[in-house]
Amino acid sequence: MNNKSTLKKLLRLVKPYYLWVVLSLICSLITVGATLFIPLMCGYVIDKMLLSNTDFYAILHSILIIGGVALLGAISTQLSSVANNKITYGVCADLRNKINKKFQTLPVLTLSSHKTGDLVSRMVADVDTIADGLLLGFTNAFSGILTIIAVLVIMFILNPIIALAVLILTPLSFFTAKFIASRIHKFFEAQAKIRGEETALVNELIKGQNIVKSYGHGDKSLSDFDEINNRLQKASLKSTFYSSLINPSTRVINNIVYATVALIGAVFALSADTVSAGELSIFLSYAGQYAKPFNEISGVIAELQNSVACAKRIFALLEEKDRTPDPEISENPDVLGEVKFENLSFSYSKDKPILTDISLDVKSGQRVAIVGPTGCGKTTFINLLMRFFEPDKGDIFVDGTNVKNISYVNLRKRFGMVLQDTWLCTGTVKENISYGNPNATDEDIIKAAKSAHAHSFIMRLPKGYDTLITGNGENLSEGERQLLCIARAMLCLPPILILDEATSSIDTRTEQKIQSAFDKMMKGRTSFVVAHRLSTIQNADIILVMNEGKIAEKGTHQELLDQKGFYYNLYNSQFAEK
Amino acid sequence: MKHLLFYFKKYKIESIMAPLFKMLESLFDLLVPVVVAKLIDVGINNNNPSYVYSCFGILILMAVLGFGCCIVAQYFAAKAAVNTASHLRHRLLEKINSFSTPQLEKIGHSTLITRMTSDINQVQNGINMFLRLFLRSPFIVFGALVMVYIVCPELFWLFALAILILFVLVFGIMFITKPMYKKVQENSDTITAETVENLNGVRVIRAFGREEAQTKRFEEKNILLKRAQRIAGNVSSALNPLTNVVVNGVIIGVLWFGAKYVNSGIIMSGVVIALINYIGQILIELVKLANLIVLLTRSSVSMGRVGEILDVIPETTVSGDFKGDNMPVSVEFNNVSLRYNDGAENALTDISFVANKGEVIGIIGGTGSGKSSLIKLISGMYLPTEGEVLVKGCPTQNWDENTLCNTVSTVEQKPFLFSGTVKTNLLWGNENATDDDIMNALDTARATDFIKDKNDLNRVVEQGGVNLSGGQKQRLAIARALLKNADILILDDSSSALDFATDKALRSGIKGLSKESITFIVSQRVSAIADAEKILVLDNGNLVGIGTHNELLANCDVYKEIVSSQNGEGLCDEQ
Repeated sequence: MNNKSTLKKLLRLVKPYYLWVVLSLICSLITVGATLFIPLMCGYVIDKMLLSNTDFYAILHSILIIGGVALLGAISTQLSSVANNKITYGVCADLRNKINKKFQTLPVLTLSSHKTGDLVSRMVADVDTIADGLLLGFTNAFSGILTIIAVLVIMFILNPIIALAVLILTPLSFFTAKFIASRIHKFFEAQAKIRGEETALVNELIKGQNIVKSYGHGDKSLSDFDEINNRLQKASLKSTFYSSLINPSTRVINNIVYATVALIGAVFALSADTVSAGELSIFLSYAGQYAKPFNEISGVIAELQNSVACAKRIFALLEEKDRTPDPEISENPDVLGEVKFENLSFSYSKDKPILTDISLDVKSGQRVAIVGPTGCGKTTFINLLMRFFEPDKGDIFVDGTNVKNISYVNLRKRFGMVLQDTWLCTGTVKENISYGNPNATDEDIIKAAKSAHAHSFIMRLPKGYDTLITGNGENLSEGERQLLCIARAMLCLPPILILDEATSSIDTRTEQKIQSAFDKMMKGRTSFVVAHRLSTIQNADIILVMNEGKIAEKGTHQELLDQKGFYYNLYNSQFAEK
Repeated sequence: MKHLLFYFKKYKIESIMAPLFKMLESLFDLLVPVVVAKLIDVGINNNNPSYVYSCFGILILMAVLGFGCCIVAQYFAAKAAVNTASHLRHRLLEKINSFSTPQLEKIGHSTLITRMTSDINQVQNGINMFLRLFLRSPFIVFGALVMVYIVCPELFWLFALAILILFVLVFGIMFITKPMYKKVQENSDTITAETVENLNGVRVIRAFGREEAQTKRFEEKNILLKRAQRIAGNVSSALNPLTNVVVNGVIIGVLWFGAKYVNSGIIMSGVVIALINYIGQILIELVKLANLIVLLTRSSVSMGRVGEILDVIPETTVSGDFKGDNMPVSVEFNNVSLRYNDGAENALTDISFVANKGEVIGIIGGTGSGKSSLIKLISGMYLPTEGEVLVKGCPTQNWDENTLCNTVSTVEQKPFLFSGTVKTNLLWGNENATDDDIMNALDTARATDFIKDKNDLNRVVEQGGVNLSGGQKQRLAIARALLKNADILILDDSSSALDFATDKALRSGIKGLSKESITFIVSQRVSAIADAEKILVLDNGNLVGIGTHNELLANCDVYKEIVSSQNGEGLCDEQ
């Protein structure tokens, strides 16, 4: 994606605000006009000032005009700012909504291939940078270019030679600044690199401080740090000092230009009387007006480059492939609770199959347990069933219909699930338990909490069921969070249940107590249970023993023990070691 | 702020030279309009070319001298700022190293990292700009006023009034917009939180079909952010037109009164040009001053946050001089109770037991039963609220801190590895360990399936050990602890990520080592502790059972419950 197409896409986002863009442009035109008109009038008035012979009427007339133009300029400046803010923040809010919507339709696999922090920074930091770039672009770029052109035209009309001098000399400061900036770029890179190194070390030393301490590494790690810190000090001094030369350099050149304009003007005034004092003041003021956009332009260009880079990242995200869309005509077969897998295969990358050729027929009401060593594909299996992942090959049928022909909503409302990851939304305990069933009554909620053995700890929370659970719920332990997830599932009981390591963070005594509630839940429902504690699954109708992406063994607990195969060994390593 | 004062004293020369040279530079800036006025009024009006040339010469000279002064100032400012920041970072890390682990955890890792990095950067920037601008801007504003008084005292009142109004405008708008920007930040934080939530919960949200509800919630918050941004943006952008109106008002005044005074011969038109110049300079510097103050407020907040940490008094739990050389190892708890905070419930209540040389002690109990608290008392991370914990017969608080660290080696459930190689990590346990020692330790820790030979010792460990699995990290951490060859080895649920068979082999390997030492194994798994000499059963901070597996099965209900919950009837059947 090149910069041009990124800009085009950005402009497309601005399109809905085109009336505001027009207003902003008109207003900046007026602002520039007013800003340039006032020095012109001042020069004119100054020339009217004569010893004992001043035309006060003409002066009064002129300064009234100045006052009017100044007011007009102020109003138009504010109007264009309002328009720019409207456009910028509007575009950014639209972008954020777009990104958020995209998050809802991207495949789970795509989302998990990005780091959360990275996606969040696109939503927040990148959009902010675009805002800065747009705002600066709107406010400065247009009016800057306009100012440069207008100043040049007026100066050439007044006095071509002085105009020529200003035209040639003024950009010198801009180029000097650019020259220095390009020269010191490497200092900044060096500084950023060392700073990165230092941050990484600090991160480790702080997070592992207990290790540092218990292994008596305090002095050693401090001297490691000092080595980097000293390098950083030297690099920072260079980059800070050299970058602080840019402003004085442009200033000294501007001052020299100013002096030169004054000199040339004075020479004209002396030799041919073609330049008056007032005109000289116009030139002096215009030299400054002309230099300003040049000095600002490098900032604007940097900001714009920055925001184009950020926009690129955002568009790359927005253009990622969505999940398979809902079928055009969604079938909605009768809810039975039957699930069938046919020759299912899945892999993240071609050379590493995760699941190969899995077939399974589950009747309504059957209890299926999936066991196997870490990484054998248990959770992938569940992800395929819920259509979080798409299989490379093979099909899944739910209630006799291929899942591809059922809309996501219709498919997923057949499933209730408790996952290993204990996500809760920001909201009260009550809102979280009723997440899948927002119309549940308080009695239902409390009942669900009681059967999940969550009631007693909820009552100990500061506000009971109305306690606010924040972001990642730091106020709850992992086990308590899992109990809430179980209560949440209990309140929303579709015909197929999925329990993926649902009790992994709960101690075994509590787990056993919850088990009876699970048994009640599973009665009459088709269920899939992923567990690493074999004790919880012994009475399943089908136990699937998975290994290296394949079904290694299949049968009831007793059948599998009798086979004396993989399951037998797994079971023995857990229980029979005495 | 007292910390900063220390640095201003430490870098006294820099701190004085920087603003001083900045003031010199601004003096030259202030003189420019007067010289130009002279050039017009004397040079042009009197038709005096040589006067014009000398004025030009003075202007160039002033520009160059100003530039020189500025460079000197910038150098000193940069030096003071950078050195202060560097020294602050050193002191902060030194301070952090002196904190006890619970103290550090109370403060929080991420906030310390922010203070160490972005806060100190902010301070550096603040000092730099402060030294450069804090004298310059006020000096130019008031200097301009003085110059006005010199060239045209009649208009002094107009400029004084204008400065007052501009001052009120600039700082007023800053004052008004500050809470507005805070609101923007708050709303932006909400958006961040919402985004994190939507991303982390994507499966649950989709499973429950709540996509639309989440989207609606997001969009509502997004509108709030947009509105806050627009309001803040609109108000703060009013500064520019408002100050322009004032400046133009002054220009009108200058023109009107200037015309009168020129007419009556009090001043000449060059002075009028100079006056117009001064009001421009005043405005520019006032805006700079306002920005400087914003920057300084931010830096002083950052400095406050850094200072807060520097002022924390490190808690020392272990601060005696007992070294226990050549004494046989033992651990004894006498009626120990532990409360983390006054008024909080007991984490441990009235615990007593003895562990002797060569023993393996198992500790079992549910989440929150006090297992980890007990362990932390042995390593001296906490001191008992009541009772005493004796290691080698000496209360932990009377130990020499470093010796106790070397005596007790703890492996945690979530081990922390440093970036480097496998070898650099393991050498933490013992700097002088040979490759053979290391391979031995890895063998005992059952890590030789992925660290097969000495070449593998150079395998890279990325930051946080992200390129290793949980089980691999746990085994490396165990090997690191073994290399320390400490008298007391504590495995705090540190093989939880290992499968049962590996865990078992690991434990039997460690048992072979421990003739001279004591090993504590904390676990939720009965299988991990069943063959220990002593098993401590904890429930709600109480020691509800102590004995061997068989003894406990006979007389400890909690233990029986735990056992039966883990393997159905499995182990009980054997009784």
